[in-house]
Amino acid sequence: MQVSKIGIPRTLAYFIYFPLWKTFFEELGHEVVLSAATSKAILDRGVKEAVNDACIPIKLYHGHAAALAGKADYIFCPRLVSVRSHGDFGTETFCPKFLGLPDMLRLAMDDLPEIIDVRVDLKKGKDELWQVFLEIGSKLGNSGEEIKRAFTKAKKVQREYQRLLYQEKLPPEALELIEQKIPVPKKDKSGGSYDLQVAVVGYPYVLYDAYINAGLLAILEKEKVKVYTQDMISDREMNRQAKTLPKSMFWYFSNRAVYGALHFMQRPEIEGVIHLTAFACGPDSMVDRLLEIESRRRGNRPYLSIAVDEHTGEAGVRTRLEAFVDMLRYRRNRK
Amino acid sequence: MKISFPHMGYSYIALKWLVNHLGHECIVPPEPSKKTLDLGVRYSPEFACIPFKILTGTYLEVAEKGAEIILTSGGMGPCRAGYYWVMHQYLLDEIGKKVKVIAFEPPLCNLRDFWQKLHRLRVSGGLSVKAFIQVLKITWEKIKAIDDIEMKSYHIRPYEEKRGETTRALWKALEFVDEANREDEVDEARQEGLNVLQGVRRDESRDPLKMGIIGEIYVVLEPSANHYLQIMLGEMGVYSDRSIYLSSYTRKNTIVNLEGDIFQVARPYLNEAPIGGHGVNSIGETILYARHGFDGVVQLAPFACIPEIVAKSIIPAVSRDFDIPVLTLFIDEQTGKAGVQTRLEAFVDLMEKRRELKRQRERWAI
Ligand code: SF4
Ligand code: SF4
Repeated sequence: MQVSKIGIPRTLAYFIYFPLWKTFFEELGHEVVLSAATSKAILDRGVKEAVNDACIPIKLYHGHAAALAGKADYIFCPRLVSVRSHGDFGTETFCPKFLGLPDMLRLAMDDLPEIIDVRVDLKKGKDELWQVFLEIGSKLGNSGEEIKRAFTKAKKVQREYQRLLYQEKLPPEALELIEQKIPVPKKDKSGGSYDLQVAVVGYPYVLYDAYINAGLLAILEKEKVKVYTQDMISDREMNRQAKTLPKSMFWYFSNRAVYGALHFMQRPEIEGVIHLTAFACGPDSMVDRLLEIESRRRGNRPYLSIAVDEHTGEAGVRTRLEAFVDMLRYRRNRK
Repeated sequence: MKISFPHMGYSYIALKWLVNHLGHECIVPPEPSKKTLDLGVRYSPEFACIPFKILTGTYLEVAEKGAEIILTSGGMGPCRAGYYWVMHQYLLDEIGKKVKVIAFEPPLCNLRDFWQKLHRLRVSGGLSVKAFIQVLKITWEKIKAIDDIEMKSYHIRPYEEKRGETTRALWKALEFVDEANREDEVDEARQEGLNVLQGVRRDESRDPLKMGIIGEIYVVLEPSANHYLQIMLGEMGVYSDRSIYLSSYTRKNTIVNLEGDIFQVARPYLNEAPIGGHGVNSIGETILYARHGFDGVVQLAPFACIPEIVAKSIIPAVSRDFDIPVLTLFIDEQTGKAGVQTRLEAFVDLMEKRRELKRQRERWAI
């Protein structure tokens, strides 16, 4: 077997699945090359390479992929079709842009390394995830034995990561903990030093990318706000929330944002809900209006929607967040 | 009950008949106008796609006229259209309109729901099962007849001697279908309608350019949404063809449908299907139009339409490989008729020159 360098763009599903992918590739003896955190250069490059009508996250993906050219033998860009491992699959899939992503990428740039675009469609059967990893491993020249071992290990690490998220760690922090192989701590009961609890929902690739959302999470932290996101909620609870709607949407990440928000709306200690949306995102046009209406219907929870785009500035985001947080505090004191 | 539905091309003629013969009262949706769009824009999310906004406007208009129920289609995704009805119900509720949106989810997706809804419609209208089936059947025949007539008009118009004659003939033909009440009458109306179109005085010496129309279903099907693009083309002397008709899913009556699996055709460029809307079709159809010697393709898409953006990012490669020019028209509430016309004229010019060059080259080759 030849050691390959696997390039992974630091965006889209990275924030949720990186430990799984990284462990798998490294256990197989390959090297993982991660693109740098999003920067102006990466964004500009993406804007240049991607079809100009695309949303920013897709442009950003192009930028990250371009940054890996010349540094990796492969770009890992799985085609995510369905990933739910249990519950009702219904009609859930991903935004059409995810479905077409590997092809868009390939046709947009000539100088990219080969793309590993294995199709991840877990609704096909219980065995499907293994099949996906078998396909990747075989492509890289590993034996079935090796793949099996790496797969088992990778799943274990991913479970630990998941546990950290359920313990209300935000992905950037959780990724670091996993990276340093710090044993997973027991649930932190100290409570921390915050005086306001707010839910922030949205796509992981917007929520956890500090560049594209102009440091929104850090601003909230400075404001002494404890942030909850949809990724801290169990699948079971998600499924429960799904049943409270007339019909589910079709997009995995959108559904998670919606169910997450609905969950937080019924928790009295959470005083407000923020929806972070990507400017001109198709699915979000619906997610946002639905959440706005539901937050009013479900207990009149204060709701703020923030759209980010290429030109989002820190000042603008900060002003809106501060106003929202002030309003929440005022509202509480009045009670 | 007072029932309405979305306006999509000329299909309202058949749907109006359906609702009335189910024993309900039909509120015929008006053709989408500036007013429709303004209403839709006001009450829809800013980044909703244009078909959504037009439907919002239409629903408000028919609610104003007293509609209590709106029948529409559901969908399994993966695009937004399958969620339209849920959002529309939310919006109508918020505005305080007492209208219920009933969506027929594809039977594949939820068979029971599908039959239940049909059943309720039948019972509330007081029809026997047999009569009900007959009504559905005649409606379907009407839809097919309307599609055939519309299709024919696009093939005749580029040859018309007197501008506007085809359009007049088209309306006359549609009137025949409108008046038919039995299966055999629909069939007769269809024949007669086609004859009327055939009777338009034509200049057969013309050699029209051939243009394929691809894109998202609503803006392709609803002439008022695309600024009557196909009529415009016909009057510029261009022959146009499209594969999307309401009845085309079940029939082999268009160039594209005759070719079998469109997803297979698109596969070398987009290795996934479906991706929602007509995204994959748009890629495959471009290839097929090129293979059938068409001079160009117009892609009609709502602004920010997700699957059509995916298609648009891939079409340049198809266009290059198959040597066929493609014009993408993204439509939003800002789009004006004049803008469409100008871009179309420039594109037709380009195709004209290309064809001339090609022919010259062929002549030299001989
Ligand atoms: S869900 Fe929205 S932001 Fe994400 S890829 Fe699709 S359009 Fe872009
Ligand atoms: S296919 Fe385009 S127009 Fe239709 S729902 Fe999807 S985004 Fe909107």
